[in-house]
Amino acid sequence: MSQTAAAHPQLDPTLALPFPQAALPVLRNPQLRRNVAHAIDVIQAKRSLLVAEKTDWQQLRQAASAIRAHALDNLAYYLEQFETRCTAAGGTVHWAADAAEARQIILDLLRQESATEVIKIKTMTSAEIQLNPSLEAAGIRVFETDLAELILQLGNDEPSHIVVPALHVNRSQVREIFARRMGLENLSDDPQALTAAARTYLRRKFLTVPAAIGGANFLIAETGSVAVIESEGNGRMCLTLPRTLITLAGIEKVLPRFQDLAVMLQVLARSATGERMNPYTSLWTGITPGDGPQRFHVVLLDNQRSSILSRPIERQTLKCIRCAACMNACPVYRQTGGHAYGSVYPGPIGAILTPQLMRMQHAKSLPYASSLCGACYEVCPVKINIPEVLIDLRAKVTDQERGRFNRFLDPMYLGMKIANFLFAKAWRFRAAQRLARIGLRLFTAGDGWIHSLPGLGAKWTQTRDLRGLPSETFRNWWAARTPVSVESNKEAK
Amino acid sequence: MRASLFITCYNDTLFPETGRAVVRLLERLGVDIEFRPQQTCCGQMHANTGFRGEAYSQAKRFVRLYHDTEAVVIPSSSCVAMIRDQYPGLFEELGNEALRKELAALLPRVFELSEFLIDRLGVEDVGASFPHRVVYHASCHGLRALNLGDRPYRLLAKVRGLSQAPLANTDRCCGFGGTFSIKNAEVSSAMLAVKLQDIVQTGAEYCTALDNSCLMHLGGAMHRQYAGMKTIHLAEILASTEAPIAEALA
Repeated sequence: MSQTAAAHPQLDPTLALPFPQAALPVLRNPQLRRNVAHAIDVIQAKRSLLVAEKTDWQQLRQAASAIRAHALDNLAYYLEQFETRCTAAGGTVHWAADAAEARQIILDLLRQESATEVIKIKTMTSAEIQLNPSLEAAGIRVFETDLAELILQLGNDEPSHIVVPALHVNRSQVREIFARRMGLENLSDDPQALTAAARTYLRRKFLTVPAAIGGANFLIAETGSVAVIESEGNGRMCLTLPRTLITLAGIEKVLPRFQDLAVMLQVLARSATGERMNPYTSLWTGITPGDGPQRFHVVLLDNQRSSILSRPIERQTLKCIRCAACMNACPVYRQTGGHAYGSVYPGPIGAILTPQLMRMQHAKSLPYASSLCGACYEVCPVKINIPEVLIDLRAKVTDQERGRFNRFLDPMYLGMKIANFLFAKAWRFRAAQRLARIGLRLFTAGDGWIHSLPGLGAKWTQTRDLRGLPSETFRNWWAARTPVSVESNKEAK
Repeated sequence: MRASLFITCYNDTLFPETGRAVVRLLERLGVDIEFRPQQTCCGQMHANTGFRGEAYSQAKRFVRLYHDTEAVVIPSSSCVAMIRDQYPGLFEELGNEALRKELAALLPRVFELSEFLIDRLGVEDVGASFPHRVVYHASCHGLRALNLGDRPYRLLAKVRGLSQAPLANTDRCCGFGGTFSIKNAEVSSAMLAVKLQDIVQTGAEYCTALDNSCLMHLGGAMHRQYAGMKTIHLAEILASTEAPIAEALA
């Protein structure tokens, strides 16, 4: 497994390979592709079943979308309301403009506690700010308590999915990691035995480590509460046993009212894991004297979110509730898994979120990592029109290209500009059709098909043939034909 | 009924037989077909590759060219989706009020072929005969952007002699995606392999669709792999009759 981990670059968009190259090792790894396709097909099948039983699913989606859009349209108001209510209930709210500031706040809080160890609930936001390595570097040992995160941490691997982070690992691989790292030579790959091993390993930590870090599925402005939705109960442990609890949440996570959960929980569980209700829903408000953590901090992370909010088409990205239905439905993700996206946020939502979190300097191959089939939009419980955002981001990538002096050396750029010139006048297009017919004759085999093309065309012919150009375009046929009048046609009948 | 045929740039160049079939089919149904030779491209390729300004100039051409038509028929669902879903945004950002009005007035008169037959002409039985086993590939744009639903299946059901082969995972993309098939050729090919397996497994003689783009992708792989199956645009099936080699007579 450590070999697998080494094969993957860090999920750091500033270092990751462009998507097409990053996808190659996965495409050539049959085991990985089987793991991903199998896991996704199972979740997808469960989701379809449970969505189908909701006769008001489309209305639920509409309601969930409206709630999220309203929260974003009034984000400052609801965040301040959350801060006021949370503070009144004994919590402390911190504001972090970027990843570095969030890391520093959390590190300072842990140092105040003299913590040398910290337990964690699965939080993708902490991976976004690369919290674990920075804590480890500061001498604080981090223990992931979510089973999948634990597998990845022990296997020195990276998450490939936001709900099922170890989706690319199968149980015999899990057995190998646990056996090696926990010193359990005779461990079987029976799921019960594996979870029992994890339970024994983690229980000690739950009972002794004094501080926990978690994320938030939702922040409730009305009450100042935080909601964590999970399946394993490890979150509940982290939220109740340590004396200090730190919640890291993106500023977009806020919901206006407590009752909004009635909609969000219905769509989230069904979309994420194909369940009517997730096993553990934890809700708390500030601190309760004598019960649970006595020090509670919320770190609200911006990290480009307010700049995303300011752009009309892209702002819908922030409606996301991290259910991962889009990646489960995505035919690209099904082939590549998550690591190819070079970011903690993979799949369609990652393809739009990562470039925006990165201000597009990095990850500019991601908006193109989609065939625009629309399956993501169809399943999205908050109706994020991901293809629309992808296309808009592509336009932004191109606009960056336009300023570069060597842009015409890029064959795709050059081709697009030439095509635009040709499409502007029908006579130019006709001339190009004629030229193409003559030019492609060189490449057309005796069977009338093209098996190999140079340049960009080689990308096509590496796996597909192309039928040679027909001897006559449609427009030429039309121009030459004797018009069949509809009247005479009718008479003939 | 008069209708203007927007053949689309790639059908014009690569699949003229589809255009000829549309003409034969619609004339048989009593539609007076016209073809405006100034037409080129709808702008989809540019829009989806991130060339918004270029896409807009083609969109503008399209709207100006067809503003006075009774109906525009397009045998390509992805081009119709481009016009219906993306033109409004492009015109909102780059156009003026007059153009936006012209577009809004034109949009309800733009039809994908199966929409035109069923919704506009109100016909399902077009008098076609095609004695073969056929599998229908629901292209993503037809399925999700245009919500064509069962229209293509209803049209196929009325074709004499034709039997439809059921397809597994109908809603899964074939991996074409325009320039995606070039920019992400390997991922596209992996998706193609999975789709092709489902299609070939049906044992059908022909794979049909309302988009020659998907069919070019699938057909290109079928040919490369000697898969023993052919692709054919739905228009060509609907244009076929018991009359011998109708194509040659047209």
